[in-house]
Amino acid sequence: MPIAAVRHVHVSDEPLVLIPLMQAGEAAAPLAVMAGTAREDPKLLIVAQPRNRDQRFDFLTALAELLVPYILARRSHTETVEATKNREEWDRCTDAPQLILPNPGGVEALRLLGRSARFRTVDGPYPVDARVPLLGRYLTWFADDRAPMPGSSVCLALTSVLGQHWATGQSALEDQHLPALLSWIDPPRGMTGAEAALRAEDPDLVPPAGPSTDPAFDTGVLAPLVRAQEEARAAEDLRAVTKAEEELRIALAAQLEPTWQTVWRGIDVLRSLPAAASDQLRWQVDRGRFTDFMTGIEEGAPPQAKRPSAVAAARRLADLESAQQSYDRSQAIDDPLVLARYRVGGEAFAGRITFVDAERQEIKGKRAWPRPLVVLHTEDEVILRPGVKLASPARVAQTVRLRAVRPSPSGSGSEVELELQSGMGRGKTPEEGSVPLVGEERCYATFLAEQRGTRPDLPEAEQTPWTHGGPPWPYVPRAEEQAETWE
Amino acid sequence: MSTGRSAEARAVIEAVAEDLLSRAHRGVIVDSPPGAGKSTLVVELSGRLAATGERVMIVAQTNEQVDDLVSRLATAHPTVILGRLTAGDYEVPERLAPLRGPNLAFSSKLPELAAAGIVLATAAKWALVKEGEFPWAILDEAYQMRSDGLLAVAPRFADGTALFVGDPGQLDPFATVDTDAWAGSPWDPSDSAVAVVRAHNPHLPVHRLPYSWRLPATAAPLVAKAFYPFTPFDAGSDLEDRSLTFSAPGGGSPLDDALDIAADEGWAWHGLPAAHTIRTDAEAVEACAALADRLVRRQATAVDTAAGYQRTVTPDRIAIGTAHRDQAAAVRAALARPDRANRGLTDVTVDTANRLQGREYDVTIVLHPLSGRRDATAFHLETGRLCVLLSRHRHACIVVGRAGIADLLDAHPHAEPVRLGVAVKFPDGWAAHQAVLAHLGAS
Repeated sequence: MPIAAVRHVHVSDEPLVLIPLMQAGEAAAPLAVMAGTAREDPKLLIVAQPRNRDQRFDFLTALAELLVPYILARRSHTETVEATKNREEWDRCTDAPQLILPNPGGVEALRLLGRSARFRTVDGPYPVDARVPLLGRYLTWFADDRAPMPGSSVCLALTSVLGQHWATGQSALEDQHLPALLSWIDPPRGMTGAEAALRAEDPDLVPPAGPSTDPAFDTGVLAPLVRAQEEARAAEDLRAVTKAEEELRIALAAQLEPTWQTVWRGIDVLRSLPAAASDQLRWQVDRGRFTDFMTGIEEGAPPQAKRPSAVAAARRLADLESAQQSYDRSQAIDDPLVLARYRVGGEAFAGRITFVDAERQEIKGKRAWPRPLVVLHTEDEVILRPGVKLASPARVAQTVRLRAVRPSPSGSGSEVELELQSGMGRGKTPEEGSVPLVGEERCYATFLAEQRGTRPDLPEAEQTPWTHGGPPWPYVPRAEEQAETWE
Repeated sequence: MSTGRSAEARAVIEAVAEDLLSRAHRGVIVDSPPGAGKSTLVVELSGRLAATGERVMIVAQTNEQVDDLVSRLATAHPTVILGRLTAGDYEVPERLAPLRGPNLAFSSKLPELAAAGIVLATAAKWALVKEGEFPWAILDEAYQMRSDGLLAVAPRFADGTALFVGDPGQLDPFATVDTDAWAGSPWDPSDSAVAVVRAHNPHLPVHRLPYSWRLPATAAPLVAKAFYPFTPFDAGSDLEDRSLTFSAPGGGSPLDDALDIAADEGWAWHGLPAAHTIRTDAEAVEACAALADRLVRRQATAVDTAAGYQRTVTPDRIAIGTAHRDQAAAVRAALARPDRANRGLTDVTVDTANRLQGREYDVTIVLHPLSGRRDATAFHLETGRLCVLLSRHRHACIVVGRAGIADLLDAHPHAEPVRLGVAVKFPDGWAAHQAVLAHLGAS
């Protein structure tokens, strides 16, 4: 069942699909990745022995070779953005990269990989390729900086996005299994959603969408192959190594291939929805953040911190909360189905305007202010109390105060008396078109009238007060930090 | 007799004052169980701090809380000049208007309140003040203040001494986004102000107010056991100090039985048959409204010999608490039925736990957060929510719920991940709920 009439995430013309598989039992040990921008041309990268760190960072180098050109290609074209109050004229990239992963687990896997890679160095006891720390910073940006940001589309977990637009007959936990979720939304011909989802639960028919693998596959297939490959290496039998690796590749490809197809089918399903009106604006923000991030790297900014300071964490929370608020607002404005949820919850109501007194005024001090009165008939249950401020998606900037709710004389529904308070121009009489007309359909919601709070000035990190532990200690990298058990 | 208890409570206030005035610590924390005289402490200490001749800033969380403090301070310390720092669109409430004068100024700009010895504002307003430092700060309801809110306010008393006052058992602050990324870090910006201050300053002295003057002797032991297992407190009053009686006898209906039990024992469980229901369970909503109605019709009289009052429990001395806003709205609608409205029942306070924090009534009726539910989510299990709902009354509390809550608690798996560095919270929701159900004799 669709629960959104439009698509509230951006789908890029050329997204990069990325399906990570991780080794069971270790925190950030990649096993394989299937990635690419073309459905018919998936690239498969594997680690023959996931516990071997040399092989792990060779794998990350290969992943960087795949990802970095895709990202850089989006850096090349820019547009000029005129100067505003807060920012001088700057150039913004006309496109941004977009990673699509099967599920939030995949995003978490990228975050861990990013964390394990971004502090590696090209010298020292365990040098890695120069592209590895760079890849680490990119992955951190995608999975840690942008993925949790409400309204951002540069790093999407497909199950979350699909679940945001469609409701299924399964629980939220079951919805995290991409093949089952997609079976409900877009069942194969001749099957109901429930039947197809049930079939998708069998790991032998439909392998899991990662990042964890099927335990039966781990013990039955993966372990013997990894062992065979290790033994071949120990015996320095090059032909046997190649053969064993080839077998491993085939086995892992068979695990990843079905998910690859499912993810692309999910993207098709998403593209079938029309984009929301705010889509371009939100993607523009993503492009702006991408430009800032790339400029930072080019200008030699340090990698993202291991731990945020108290001040940085508070700023980040404020960013996230304000992004959430504006994402909620724009979704409700763009989409009547989203608004319907607020109506059911009693935070909004919709109906027809039955009476308008556009001449009404209020004398305050020496001036008279236009305060038109509007009566709306609604069949929704209105539980809001007089005095509440409301706004309508049709005219978001106009604040309306609820004066009274009474049962409708017609016997069904109720009558709501509203007073318009703003958004009518500066004159003594309201500007033309700023007052609703009798017969018009309107919806009013409380959260649309919520003012965006002024963001308080937080102290600079160096001025962190004693309540939060005082200023943070400057970070000095030490040689011991590179020391670890490698093999 | 309660004189011994008063002396004990007084000793705590003196100890807090000494810790503050000696300036031996940068901060002092006072934990207060429900109704233990927190406001009295704040009012008294503000006076004593202002008497040092140095300025005091007071931070509370809502405008209502600040206005309450303003009116109590103006009464308690008529000679101290008070400054109420407000938002631009603030309107002086009617009850404060008569106090306005040379000793109480209202302004949206701090420099205009330069003459005031005590300046009061909400945390949100203080966060916007960019200059000025105060040698003394009092942060009220500090357990409901978020760490990032404190960070914005703390520069105003960076070199001064601060008093953090609050009730650790009430609802924790919350964020509208997922904050798991910070869970366990001492910088978690969504944690409470007290938690962050203690994480960074583990040696600050912590005082505890020992007696609840609000909760009757029937209620304090249960609330203490279920919600404050390691920081016990007692009722300030004795069992025989308080009573609740009805002029009209009950008719033997389940509603009247519940009222009679509540009058005798301080608690009553009004059970409904087991069922999975929608949030605004019509039967439970009607039961809440009908209980309030019967209470008014039977003309209950509340007596407290220690506090020296005898009064009729009028609708405005009754509150009905729910977990969700739509439940509160449904109960309000049930009370607004014409016959009930004629009996004045629209004056009954009906609100969610969040909004009932810090308020006090003679009798409360609580719609159990887990009544009729299929699942026990973290929201519905939160100990703070149940604690607020069960600790607003001076005489009696009646809990309305469907049968099967204990089974639901047992059947529903605990699915919250365990995170490194996050202090395990005692009691957890499960234990607190079970303790309450067992005491109420509910199934």
